[in-house]
Amino acid sequence: MNYPKELNYSKSHEWIKEENGVATVGISDYAQDALGDVVFVNLPAVGDAVTAGEAFGDVESVKAVSDLVSPVSGTVCEINEELVDAPEKLNKDPYGTWIIKVNEISDKEDLLNAESYEAFCAQEAK
Amino acid sequence: MGSYVPSTLAERQEMLKALGLKNEMELYAGVPQSMILKNGPDIPEGMSELEVGRKVTAMAEKNLRFHTVLRGAGSYDHYIPSIVKYIPAKEEFLTAYTPYQAELSQGLLQSIFEYQTMICQLTEMDVSNASVYDGATAAAEAAAMCRDRKRTVTLVSAAANPDVINTVRTYCYASGNEMRIIPMKDGKTDTSALKEMLTPDVASVYIQQPNFFGLLEDAEEIGKQTHEAGAMYVMGCNPISLAILKSPRECGADVAVAEGQPLGMPMGFGGPYLGIMATTTKYMRKLPGRIVGETVDSKGNTAYVLSLEAREQHIRREKASSNICSNEALCALTASIYMAAMGPKGMQEAASQCHAKAHYLAKELCKIPGVSMLYNGEFFHEFVTVMPKAEQVLKALEDKGILGGLPVEKGILWCATEKVSKAQLDQAVAIVKEVLA
Amino acid sequence: MKLIFDKSVPGRSLSLLPKCDVEETTLPKEFARTKAPQLPEMSETEVSRHYTELCHHVYGVNCGFYPLGSCTMKYNPRIDEEMAQLPGFTSIHPLAPEYATKGCHEVLDTARKMLCAISGMDDMTFQPAAGAHGEFTGVLLIKKYHDARGDKKRTKIIVPDSAHGTNPATAAMCGFQVVNIASAPNGCVDLEALKAALGDDTAGLMLTNPNTVGIFDENILEITKLVHEAGGLCYYDGANLNAVMGVVRPGDMGFDCIHMNLHKTFATPHGGGGPGAGAVGCKNFLKEFLPHSTLMDGKESSQVRSFAGNFLVVVRALTYILTLGREGVKEAAVNAVLNANYLQERIKGSFKPAYDRICMHEFVLDLSEFKKETGVSALDIAKSLIDRGMHPPTMYFPLIVHEALMLEPTETESKETLDMAAEVFHDLYKQAHTNPEPMHSAPHNAYIGRPDEVRAARTPVLQKKL
Repeated sequence: MNYPKELNYSKSHEWIKEENGVATVGISDYAQDALGDVVFVNLPAVGDAVTAGEAFGDVESVKAVSDLVSPVSGTVCEINEELVDAPEKLNKDPYGTWIIKVNEISDKEDLLNAESYEAFCAQEAK
Repeated sequence: MGSYVPSTLAERQEMLKALGLKNEMELYAGVPQSMILKNGPDIPEGMSELEVGRKVTAMAEKNLRFHTVLRGAGSYDHYIPSIVKYIPAKEEFLTAYTPYQAELSQGLLQSIFEYQTMICQLTEMDVSNASVYDGATAAAEAAAMCRDRKRTVTLVSAAANPDVINTVRTYCYASGNEMRIIPMKDGKTDTSALKEMLTPDVASVYIQQPNFFGLLEDAEEIGKQTHEAGAMYVMGCNPISLAILKSPRECGADVAVAEGQPLGMPMGFGGPYLGIMATTTKYMRKLPGRIVGETVDSKGNTAYVLSLEAREQHIRREKASSNICSNEALCALTASIYMAAMGPKGMQEAASQCHAKAHYLAKELCKIPGVSMLYNGEFFHEFVTVMPKAEQVLKALEDKGILGGLPVEKGILWCATEKVSKAQLDQAVAIVKEVLA
Repeated sequence: MKLIFDKSVPGRSLSLLPKCDVEETTLPKEFARTKAPQLPEMSETEVSRHYTELCHHVYGVNCGFYPLGSCTMKYNPRIDEEMAQLPGFTSIHPLAPEYATKGCHEVLDTARKMLCAISGMDDMTFQPAAGAHGEFTGVLLIKKYHDARGDKKRTKIIVPDSAHGTNPATAAMCGFQVVNIASAPNGCVDLEALKAALGDDTAGLMLTNPNTVGIFDENILEITKLVHEAGGLCYYDGANLNAVMGVVRPGDMGFDCIHMNLHKTFATPHGGGGPGAGAVGCKNFLKEFLPHSTLMDGKESSQVRSFAGNFLVVVRALTYILTLGREGVKEAAVNAVLNANYLQERIKGSFKPAYDRICMHEFVLDLSEFKKETGVSALDIAKSLIDRGMHPPTMYFPLIVHEALMLEPTETESKETLDMAAEVFHDLYKQAHTNPEPMHSAPHNAYIGRPDEVRAARTPVLQKKL
């Protein structure tokens, strides 16, 4: 399992990277592994408001569906449309595949760094 | 008493012994004993097969069977080819469960895949589900699939079947959403009123084609208005009429629903019927109900499975848009066999004859002094007449074995299908004439 | 198997309709379809053979043991079919005048009376077409009841976490917030959790008893009392009624409304996924909220589908109940429970029951330890059963048991079938410890191997492009 140092993580297994007031959000390696083969991603629309700690979409595998929880409050400024036709990218390269970008950030969840997130996952796996 | 329990009393004792129990009621030791019915439920004693057959047949014989049915209004008396009655009675089709285990259900799954294809052909939509309960629930489910956070209101034409309107109203009430009725003008959906009603909170517009009074709506115009306002367009169809009428896709529908009963199901006092539901690729993942998809198996051969299940209640639970987890598989099978037996030409023939016979009946009835059409629009196989002594007319018809049209608010709603002959129609007309003379 | 469309030959047809004997008409062009639908063109022989081929690859109750838990796959008597096919029933228009449909009303009235007697309810509707549809109708009664009293604060429905997915989905369809409560370690309702969830915002509770792990909740009277004291109503999901019909009545357990699956408990065939019938019963005080067909009854009321429901399914269920009668209904329940316990007892030498105690009509195996030991999953066992000529049990349900297999043999299986099934389970248990490899790719003798469900969901092919 991979936990890149440069990213922050939420307890609901999203990763987040902030640059110049824009937050890029994806799901962690742990999340994609737990889900299994992702078959569809329900994305929000550009311009939708998202709220920290609340769902902005979901990912479907064959036998499960899991909410995508936004780590920040703000406005969706970009969505990864590649995922519409190639949801498997989330399995193949979870950190190279972002889901949404959010700007106008007004609030943030308490996030974990790579080290504490790894410990958190180890705990969850038990 | 009758029983379908195979184990003998001795075997039951043996099984109880294996469990360390003396008598069968010990199995219910965990049930509060005060609740246990000492003498069983308060119903009569059981019967042999011969007796029960006699009793239920006697009930059937208390019904009056009409040799000619000129009544529709949501249940239609079409000819059902003989083979359509026999195949669905095959025990494997009849007694299987929902095809959860694809490896044991390829025949069933393929039959549903073929059904979905036929429905797509008939409606010219991209995706059909494996069916829902009936036409009314299909309309209600369609209303639900069209709603989102911003658009929650459903508009329904007053010219739709009252049972459908009332079902949609109930489903909307349940989920806390609003339904508004689009008024009628000359028996059809009032398009200028609709324009006013298409506010930004409207999620979808439902019309029926042909409508409850048999009339053909300006379906394309209504679709255009609906889309201009950013709402979704749901069309309720009659599947037989689709052989000759413009398809819902041609009219711009986003969702096509239909009561599938005319496709080989008997009137059966109202059910089981078939809820047809199809949509475009864009809304595929919002479509409720079972859907069968094609894939390959571990050896690379074509295989069929229940697919896109992450939409459904067993995975989404309270977040699912519908709780439906079954379909009317045997009715969908019946409809498929009907369409295969009729073929494209047979379907066209049935539809054309419905059209021709209804028009013949309307023309002949209107030749009788005092009888006229309530509405002037184009119609398919139903129409409304105005006449005096409606009650006596219908009674006189019934006395001669003819079920006349349905009394509605302003007249009588008649229906003629391919099943009635000219002679039957002439007989009906003669009786009406006699009563009104 | 070839698709029916691949067997189509242009020009083939059946001769079904006479020539049109009235003046032909033409549809005005603006209403006419431009392109005919591409339906198959077949002879009657080909139609018959096509569907016969398909039916050879369908497994029904008539084919063999079908212990699909929570689905009550009992034998479907033929006399019930015969009665449902009587022209005196099939040819009746639902809007024919009442004097001409006395027989249909007698069927509905008799079935209503008997099902009320069995369930302890006062009235009943046959409108709902399936179990989930019945749930919707039942929870709608609860909503209407609170609304009619002007009690707008009741916005929550309580559902145990062991419930079938339809329960929370139904509550949500009825606009309620769902409060999931955790089950006690014995799989039953945790009274403390229930008390904590109850309040003046409680609209009702949805419960099945016996519950989804096959156990009769001993605290049932206390549970329904607590809900009533909080001002809520109790809804009984009749999914598991086969265990107790004729023995105890949901009405006596304190339930206010109920749905019954006529296609499970009362032996009407499942038809590969329907049509079923979800009769909904209620106590007198809810009667006024029952749905009706506005076309048939002219009433201003709620309505959940057209006409009176799946009438021909009710004919089948009535025939079944009349056959069994007072003693037979109870005999069916008792033997369903006996068969389940016997099979559990015979299997537990190898596979471990999730709750090792007397069960009702079904029981759940917990294969999580077994999977750790052998690497063989519940899915592998299920698929291996196919090779042994048995329909697999329900897999991975209820969600509160990991690696669950849920078995419901029903009363219509003989002792030798149960003994055979137990032997098969023992064999598979042994094989998992000695030669597990083939089990991971089972079935090997079925018409297809395991299908690629990921591909089906990622690149949906939902119709044949013609």
